[in-house]
Amino acid sequence: MNTEILGVIVIFIISIALALPLGSYIARIFSGGKTFLDPVFNPIEKAIFKISGIDFQKEMNWKQHLKTLLGLNMVWFFLAFFVLLAQGFLPLNPDHNPSMSPDLAFNTAISFLVNCDLQHYSGETGVSYLSQLVLMFLQFVSAGIGIAAAVVVFTAMRERTTDKLGNFYNYFVKSCLRILLPLSAIVAIILVFSGTPMNFEGKDSITTLQGQTVEVSRGPAAAFIGIKHIGTNGGGFFGANSAHPLENPTYFTNAVELIAQLLIPFAMIFAIGFFLKKRRFSFIIFGVMTAGFLLLLIPTMIAETSGNPAIEKMGISQISGAMEGKEVRFGPAVSGFWSIATTVISTGSVNSMHDSSMPVSGAMQLLGMMVNAFYGGCGVGFLNFYIFIILAVFISGLMVGRTPEFLGKKIEAREVKIAAFIAILHPFLILSGTALASYFAAHDTDMGFWFSGNATDWLNNPGHHGFSEMLYEFTSSAANNGSGFEGLADNNPFWNISTGIVLLLARFLPIIGPLAIAGLLANKKYIPESAGTLKTDTTIFGVMVFAVISIIAALSFFPALALGPLAEYFTLK
Amino acid sequence: MSQNKSNSLFEKRQMKEALVQSFVKLNPKVMFKNPVMFTVEIGTAIMFVVCIAILFGAQEQGSFAYNFIVFLILLATLLFANFAEAIAEARGKAQADSLRKTREETPARKVLSDGTFENVSSSALKKGDIFICESGDLIATDGEIIEGLATIDESAITGESAPVIRESGGDKSSVTGGTKVLSDKIKVIVTSEPGESFLDKMIALVEGASRQKTPNEIALTILLAAFTLIFVIVCVTLKPFADYANAPITIAAFISLFVCLIPTTIGGLLSAIGIAGMDRALRANVITKSGKAVETAGDIDVLLLDKTGTITIGNRKATNFYPTKGIAFSDFVRSAVMSSLADDTPEGKSIIELSEQLDENGGKLLLTSLASDISETIKFTAETRTSGVILKDGTNIRKGAQDAAKNIAQQAGNAYPQDTANRVIEISSNGGTPLVVIKNGQIQGVIELQDIIKTGMKERFDRLRKMGVKTVMVTGDNPLTAKFIAEKAGVDDFIAEAKPEDKMNYIKNEQQMGKLVAMMGDGTNDAPALAQADVGVAMNSGTQAAKEAGNMVDLDNDPTKLIEIVEIGKQLLMTRGTLTTFSIANDVAKYFAIVPALFITAIPALEGLNIMHLHSPESAILSAVIFNAIIIPILIPLALRGVDYKPIGASAILKRNLLIYGLGGLIVPFIGIKLIDLLVALFM
Repeated sequence: MNTEILGVIVIFIISIALALPLGSYIARIFSGGKTFLDPVFNPIEKAIFKISGIDFQKEMNWKQHLKTLLGLNMVWFFLAFFVLLAQGFLPLNPDHNPSMSPDLAFNTAISFLVNCDLQHYSGETGVSYLSQLVLMFLQFVSAGIGIAAAVVVFTAMRERTTDKLGNFYNYFVKSCLRILLPLSAIVAIILVFSGTPMNFEGKDSITTLQGQTVEVSRGPAAAFIGIKHIGTNGGGFFGANSAHPLENPTYFTNAVELIAQLLIPFAMIFAIGFFLKKRRFSFIIFGVMTAGFLLLLIPTMIAETSGNPAIEKMGISQISGAMEGKEVRFGPAVSGFWSIATTVISTGSVNSMHDSSMPVSGAMQLLGMMVNAFYGGCGVGFLNFYIFIILAVFISGLMVGRTPEFLGKKIEAREVKIAAFIAILHPFLILSGTALASYFAAHDTDMGFWFSGNATDWLNNPGHHGFSEMLYEFTSSAANNGSGFEGLADNNPFWNISTGIVLLLARFLPIIGPLAIAGLLANKKYIPESAGTLKTDTTIFGVMVFAVISIIAALSFFPALALGPLAEYFTLK
Repeated sequence: MSQNKSNSLFEKRQMKEALVQSFVKLNPKVMFKNPVMFTVEIGTAIMFVVCIAILFGAQEQGSFAYNFIVFLILLATLLFANFAEAIAEARGKAQADSLRKTREETPARKVLSDGTFENVSSSALKKGDIFICESGDLIATDGEIIEGLATIDESAITGESAPVIRESGGDKSSVTGGTKVLSDKIKVIVTSEPGESFLDKMIALVEGASRQKTPNEIALTILLAAFTLIFVIVCVTLKPFADYANAPITIAAFISLFVCLIPTTIGGLLSAIGIAGMDRALRANVITKSGKAVETAGDIDVLLLDKTGTITIGNRKATNFYPTKGIAFSDFVRSAVMSSLADDTPEGKSIIELSEQLDENGGKLLLTSLASDISETIKFTAETRTSGVILKDGTNIRKGAQDAAKNIAQQAGNAYPQDTANRVIEISSNGGTPLVVIKNGQIQGVIELQDIIKTGMKERFDRLRKMGVKTVMVTGDNPLTAKFIAEKAGVDDFIAEAKPEDKMNYIKNEQQMGKLVAMMGDGTNDAPALAQADVGVAMNSGTQAAKEAGNMVDLDNDPTKLIEIVEIGKQLLMTRGTLTTFSIANDVAKYFAIVPALFITAIPALEGLNIMHLHSPESAILSAVIFNAIIIPILIPLALRGVDYKPIGASAILKRNLLIYGLGGLIVPFIGIKLIDLLVALFM
C-alpha cells in the first residue's frame, strides 16, 4: 500500500485509540468519579473557586446555564475587542504592529470568541503578542464553553425528571483545567522540541546566501498552536497557518496536530457512552459520524492523489498527485485528509491552500462544514448532532406508529420547533450571506464604505471558482470553522461585519437550541422502554440519523454546490 | 350503519361532493391553515399573473403555452390536495349521515311536572326532561332509564340485530336516541342538550368543523413548515446565484422548483390522514371525542381488560361432575340437576346443559318428571351461600361453596369426605370453581365450573405484547383462580378480587411510572377509572356517567375493541411518518431534474448532472411538476386506508418503512419523472 495512505490510516487509528481512554476520563470528571490527576487538579480547582467566590455546587436549570454562558462570553468579547483596537499602544508589541480597524477587531474578537478563528489578518503583521495571548485565552475558554455546554446536555440526557442540571462554572473550569490545559501543554511541548518558536522576541532577520535579508517572525507560537488544535479553534499564529514551516515543521508535527484536533471531538462522543452508561448509543453515533467522514474523505483523497486533469492534458506528469498549494513535506494524501478533518471538525486550521484543492475536494470540504455534525467542534459537534437526533427520532417515531420518544422523553411540538429552527438556521446563514455577496458581485456594485472598489474586485478568480470563494467564506463562518478558501479579499467592512454577524448567530443559537431542548426534555415525565419503543442505539436508527443529516444538507445546498464546485468539476472534466 | 361499511374507497356520490369541495377549498382563508399548500397557492397565483403578462406582451418568460401549462399543473396540485381532504371528509360525512339518520325528528312523550304527558319533537327535549317510551317507540334522544326495564333493538347503532335489555338502576341503564323499544315501558331522563350528544360531537369532528389538530399533527406541521422555509431560502437565494452565473431563470422555472421541493405530497395529504383515522375508528363503531384520543391509543403501554366477556365467554360453565365415594354417578347428577332446576343463573343453567349432554350418551335422567317432584325452591342468599330445592318427599338438596356445604354436613353430624376435599382443592388450583352438592346433610359430590377462554385470545395478547402493550386482566375471582386464567389466556398481569378502587390505583401506579393506560368499562363505578385512564372506552350500553368519563364510546359494546383502537392509532401515526419520509426523499430526484434544466444554457458543463437524460429543460421542469402533482392522487388510497401495521418490533418496522418509503421515495420519482418526460417529449 501507498505509504502516504498508510500514514493517514495510522493517524486515524491512533486518534481513536487515544480518544477511547480520554472519553472515559472526561466522563469520570463530570460524573464526579476519581481520576489519576485528582491530586494535581483538586487543590488548584479549590483555589479557583475560593478566589472567585463562586458556589460551584449550586445546581442550575437550563436557563441559568445559558445566562451564565452568554454572560461570560459578553465579558470576553469586550476584553478582546478593546485589546485588539488598542494593541498598537499596549505592551508586548516588539514588531510595532498597528492597532486593528474597528471592523477587523469586531470580526477577530467574535471569531476567536466563538471558536471559529476566521482570520482576516496575518499573524505576523496584524497582531501584537499581547493580542496573541488574549486570542490564546479565547481559544481555551471558547473550547471550554463548548465542552461545558455539551456536558449540560449529557446531564439532561441522564436525568429522569429534573430541572437541576449541575453548575456551569464547575463544568467550565473542569473542562479548561482538566482537559484542555494538560492536553494542549503536551502538544505545545512536542512542537517546541520540533522547532516551533516559544518566546516573546520580535522578528529575527537573517541574511540568505544570495545576500538578501529575510525577516522571520517569532513569538509564543508553540503554546498557541497546542490549544489551536486541542480546542478545535484553528486560528494560526502565523498567516499561513499550519502550512507555515514554523507552525508545522515536519510530517511528525503534522501528524501530532491532526491527532490533536481529532482527539476531543472523538473523545466527547465516547464520553457520552461512558457518562450515560450507554456504550452502544455512543458507538452508533460514532459510526454515523465516521461513515459521513469517510464518504467525504475518500473522494477527496482520490481527487488529490490522482492530480488535476487540466494539467494532465498539458502532458505534464503528476506522479505525486495535485501538488498546487500543498507543502512538499506533507504530500497530497495527508493534506487531503487534513482538509476534510479540519472542515468536519470545525478546526479550520489548514496545511494546504483549499483554494487550490481539486473541485471535488472543495465540494467535500464545503459539505463537511455544511453538515457540521460529523464529529464537529469541541463539545458543539455533539450539540449539532443532537438536533439531527431529535429530528430523526421524531420522524422515525411517527414511522413506527408511536409518539416519538428519546431516552424516555416525549418529543413534542415545542422541541420540534426548536430543532427545526436550528436546522434551518445553518442553510439560512450560508445561503443568504452568499446570496448577498453574489448579488453585489453579479452587479459589480460600487461598495463605497464597505469595500474599496467594486464588488467583483474581492474575488481572486472569476466564474464558478469565484462563487466557491464566497460560498466557502460564509460556510466557514456559519460552521464556526474558520478555514478560508483564501483568495478572497476579506479584510474590509463588508466581509468583516457580515461574517462577524454570521459567526455570532451560528455559534450561540446552535448552543441555545440543544440546551433548551435537553432542558425541556429533562423536565418531562420519564417513560420506561417497552417493546413498542424505538431504540436509539441500533444500526437502523443510525441509518435514519444519517439519512436525515444527508437529506437536509443535500436539499439545502445542492443548487449552491452545483453552481460552485460541481460546475467547476464538470468543466474541468 | 352496517350497510355503509362498504370497503370501496370512492363512491360516486362522495366523489361528486369531494370534487365540488376541492374548488371551494381554494379559498385562501381555508388554505392558510395548511402552510405548505398555501405557498403553492401563492405560486399558482403568481403563475396566473405571469400568463396574463405574456398575453399583454411580456418577453423573456417563454411561450404562453408553456407558462399556462405550468399554471394548470400547479392548480391541479392544489385541487388534488383539496380533493384528498374533501374525499376523507365526504367519507366521514357519509358515515356520520347514516348515524344522523337515527336522530331525525322523532315524536316523544314528555312527562310534565303535573304527571301528564305532552307530545313534543325530539329536538325540543332539553337536558333533565323526562319522557316515556313503550314497545314500538323510537327513543327520541340519549338518556338514562329512571324507571322500568325494556328490551331494545339497537341495530341502528351497532348493526347487531339481537335485542338487548336495558333497565334502571344498574350499569345498563343508558339508552341511545334512534334505537327502538321492543317490549315493556320505560321512563327516560334526557342526559344531554340537543346537539351535544356524543354522536353530534362525533359528526362535527369528522365533518371537520370542530376538528382540532392533534399534538403530533401540530409537531409535524411545524417540521413541514420548516422544510418549506428551507426551500423558500434555497429558491430566493438562487436568484442572485444565477445572476452571478449569468444564468437567467424564468419565473415558471423558479416556482416549479419551489413547488416541487416543498413537501406537497404530505402537506396535501396530512389532514386527509387525520380525518381518515377517525373515520376508521368510526367504521369500527367507536365514537371518539377527539382526534387526540385515537392518536394516544397508538401509544398505549398498559391495557386493562375485564375478564368476563373479554377474556372469557360470558360466565362460568359446568364442565364436570365428581361424585363422592360411595355415591352413584347418575344419582349425583340427578341431585346436581335438582339443585339447579330453580337456579336461573348462567351457572345453574350450564349444569343442566351439561347433564343433557351426558343424557344423550347414556343414563336416563328424565328431567321433566324431576321438575314435578319439587315442592319448594330455596334461593341463593348471601347468608346461607347455598341454593337448592325441597322435594315433595321432604328431601333437601342444596349446592354451594365448599365451606358452606362443609358447615351443613357437619351440623347434620356427617363427616366431610376426604376425597371431596381433595377434589375441591384440585379444581380451584386449575382455575375452576367447585360447587358442592349436599342431600339431606350428606355430601354428594362436586360440580366443576370452568371459565371458557375465548378462542384466539392468546394470539391477540401475543400481538399486543409484540406491540409493546402489557395486558392486565381484572377479575373478581380469588387470586388462585385469577392466576390460572391469566396464565391460560396469556395476559401479562392480573388484578384479583378487584374492587373499583383497585382498578383506579393500578392505573395511577402505572401512570406514575410514565405509562399510558387504556381501559374499558361500563358501570358508574368504572367512571373514575375511565376518567383517570389515558384512553377510556365506555360501552354504549353503559351508564351515562361512564360515557361522560371516557374519551371513546364503543357502540358494539365489544370489550376486545381496544385492540383494534390501538392499531388504528398506530396506523395513523405511521401513515403520517412514512408519507413525510416519502415526500422528502422525492426531492432528490426533482433536484436532478430541475437544477440542470435551470442552468444548462448558461453552464453547459452541468449536463453532467442530467443523469436522467431528460429531453429538454422545459420537458424536465414539466415532468417534475407533473410527477409532483399526480403523486398526490396516487397516494390518496394509502392515506385513507393507512399504512399496514405489523407487530414486529419498532426497529423492524422502521427498517421496513425506511426501505419502502425512504428508499422507495428516492427511486420512484427518478423512474416516474423519466417516464413522464418520455411522454412530454412527444408533444415538444
